[in-house]
Amino acid sequence: MDASVSAPTLDALDSLESEAIHIFREVAGEFDRPVILFSGGKDSTLLVHLAAKAFAPAPVPFALLHVDTGHNYPEVIDFRDRLVERLGLRLEVAHVQDWIDDGRLTERPDGTRNPLQTVPLLDSIVEHKFDAVFGGGRRDEERARAKERIMSLRDAFGRWDPRKQRPELWNLYNGRHAPGEHVRVFPISNWTELDVWRYIQRESIELPSIYFAHEREVFRRDGMWLAEGPWGGPRGDEALEKRSVRYRTVGDGSCTGAIESTATTLDEVIAEVTASRLTERGATRADDRLSEAAMEDRKREGYF
Amino acid sequence: MTRDLLRFATAGSVDDGKSTLVGRLLYDTKSVLADQIEAVQRASVDKGLATPDLSLLVDGLRAEREQGITIDVAYRYFGTPKREFVLADTPGHVQYTRNTVTGASTAELAVLLVDARNGIVEQTRRHAAVLALLRVPRVVLAINKIDLVDYDEGVLAAIAKEFAGLARSLGFADDAVVTIPVSALVGDNVVERSERTPWYTGPTLLEHLESVPVTGPEVGAPFRMAVQYVIRPRREELHDYRGYAGQIAAGTVAPGDEVVVLPGGTRTTVSAVETADGPLPSATAGRSVTVLLEDDIDICRGEVLAAADAAPRVTDELEATLCWLAEKPLRPGARLLLKHGTRTTPVIVGAVGERLSFDAEVPTWTDAPEQLGINDIAHASLRTADPLPVDDYADVRATGSFLLIDPPTGNTLAAGLVGTPLVVTP
Repeated sequence: MDASVSAPTLDALDSLESEAIHIFREVAGEFDRPVILFSGGKDSTLLVHLAAKAFAPAPVPFALLHVDTGHNYPEVIDFRDRLVERLGLRLEVAHVQDWIDDGRLTERPDGTRNPLQTVPLLDSIVEHKFDAVFGGGRRDEERARAKERIMSLRDAFGRWDPRKQRPELWNLYNGRHAPGEHVRVFPISNWTELDVWRYIQRESIELPSIYFAHEREVFRRDGMWLAEGPWGGPRGDEALEKRSVRYRTVGDGSCTGAIESTATTLDEVIAEVTASRLTERGATRADDRLSEAAMEDRKREGYF
Repeated sequence: MTRDLLRFATAGSVDDGKSTLVGRLLYDTKSVLADQIEAVQRASVDKGLATPDLSLLVDGLRAEREQGITIDVAYRYFGTPKREFVLADTPGHVQYTRNTVTGASTAELAVLLVDARNGIVEQTRRHAAVLALLRVPRVVLAINKIDLVDYDEGVLAAIAKEFAGLARSLGFADDAVVTIPVSALVGDNVVERSERTPWYTGPTLLEHLESVPVTGPEVGAPFRMAVQYVIRPRREELHDYRGYAGQIAAGTVAPGDEVVVLPGGTRTTVSAVETADGPLPSATAGRSVTVLLEDDIDICRGEVLAAADAAPRVTDELEATLCWLAEKPLRPGARLLLKHGTRTTPVIVGAVGERLSFDAEVPTWTDAPEQLGINDIAHASLRTADPLPVDDYADVRATGSFLLIDPPTGNTLAAGLVGTPLVVTP
């Protein structure tokens, strides 16, 4: 070996990127039908970017699956379709509306459809025989995720049992599963929100425009700024007003709030995230505020 | 300025204040955000506490709270302007071997916590032995609750001396171990230097975590890379492209290097080391790359590329050390699966050898048991269906480690280490 060639050491983002690429390649090597869950949000966009890097110059050997609540921002759907086109990916869409229309699901009284995604997700996994399902979950998001494995076994009902998790040793992932079971895979488990933003900046990754400050008609509910939409607009004493806002996560429009912001560039967003005093889920996701163990309960039922 | 990443683990027995220490690190590095602090304050008030209980910041799952125990390794994240940290927080009691082995397997440093009032206890010896076995390069002994021994230098010096003796007998180099007196509850020497320990001149815990080298021993070892996936674009302009994708497990690789493909033994030369961002002049342990070779050889997932002048040995007979992690016991003769690198192969566990015993002051290898139960650590002989390119774990962690898997359930039964990486010298 030529010792005179200096080997550049890995910085934190290099190290996280290499770890994620390793995980994508392990799954490609060991599973028959992997799929990337894709919402159009920054974390799933990051997953697609990392998958593209893992297999370059060959195409990504996985499909994308979007569980679509129907409560979307048009900017995000537009962004999704352009990304799929540019990378030559195959996109499957499970429309929650179809499950409501044929009676497999019932609309909730509060109009929120985030919890309704679990059944279409599990049905799609069965229908397409997906055996590995990539998600953009990060362990820093929420404490039920802090103990999640990078490769996490789900039974035929999609359930997560924290007491039956396999120990995860070195970087030897054990994805063995019985027919009907599947494995959830979280390649960016070890990234923080700030890592995600810094990497998006470093790699010049395009995001949906709603992540940057824009003028929008919003109303105040439970301390969050919600937008008007098919999920139900302002009620009685809630008034619409025009604010400069941006979104920190992309979710069901009925329960994903915007934050007041003037950050229109990645630099400004990173400065804002650095200075932020609220975690992204605590600030803007009503579904996580329902109960102290909200995420733990949803994960056990098969949510991602 | 680029920031690097330190992966480290914490270990300690019950009530040593580990959750408070981790909470203190998160709190004092301002890694805890307003809504999390408010949640802890609310919960502390509900419990009738006068000051926020920082251990609640790392409170676990409801399944754990209901049983009043911590089941599982939890991962925490914090950063300073100098460095980012991934912390594997390993609970001390139930399934302690499983948790400590898991946390230690990816750690470049471990913080081992003891209570200043109790000093070194059996659990400390067990944890220290596992850290030594797993070859965690650096250990910090954090002597906690120094406020409860009145910051008495003599008490702390005695604990430090006893631990130094233990560490030496487990094979740690003297400079691999640092002792830091702390109080997680009041914050002494965790992030802020304490005025109550004027006799202590060393770094605070955070200063130490920020300054230790993060490059593990893998970087200086000979080149090793398990092939994960063969990249074949099958496009007109890249018709003959065959790239071998993998994460470099040890050493450095550069174009022109002679490598051997194992277990087959074919030699060839590296023609390029690529990433999606372009070719690299060289790449080192930890980086995911795609290696292109001069010769057209049929290589598939499971094979290993290694430095031709320092290759691992190829064998189907392994003398190894097993950490048994499952409720289901191991009986000699068991037919299992073994995962090594990117290859999974059937294995028969032959004889079980000496088991690590903690009955004496210093851990000792004692007579062979009839079977292995959960938390046992023992030597064993294994025979694999396919030959494997292995190194002793003590030399190269990545090619010296493996999993044992239960064929019917797919569960991970054991962490395996090639050779006898823990030699105890009383």
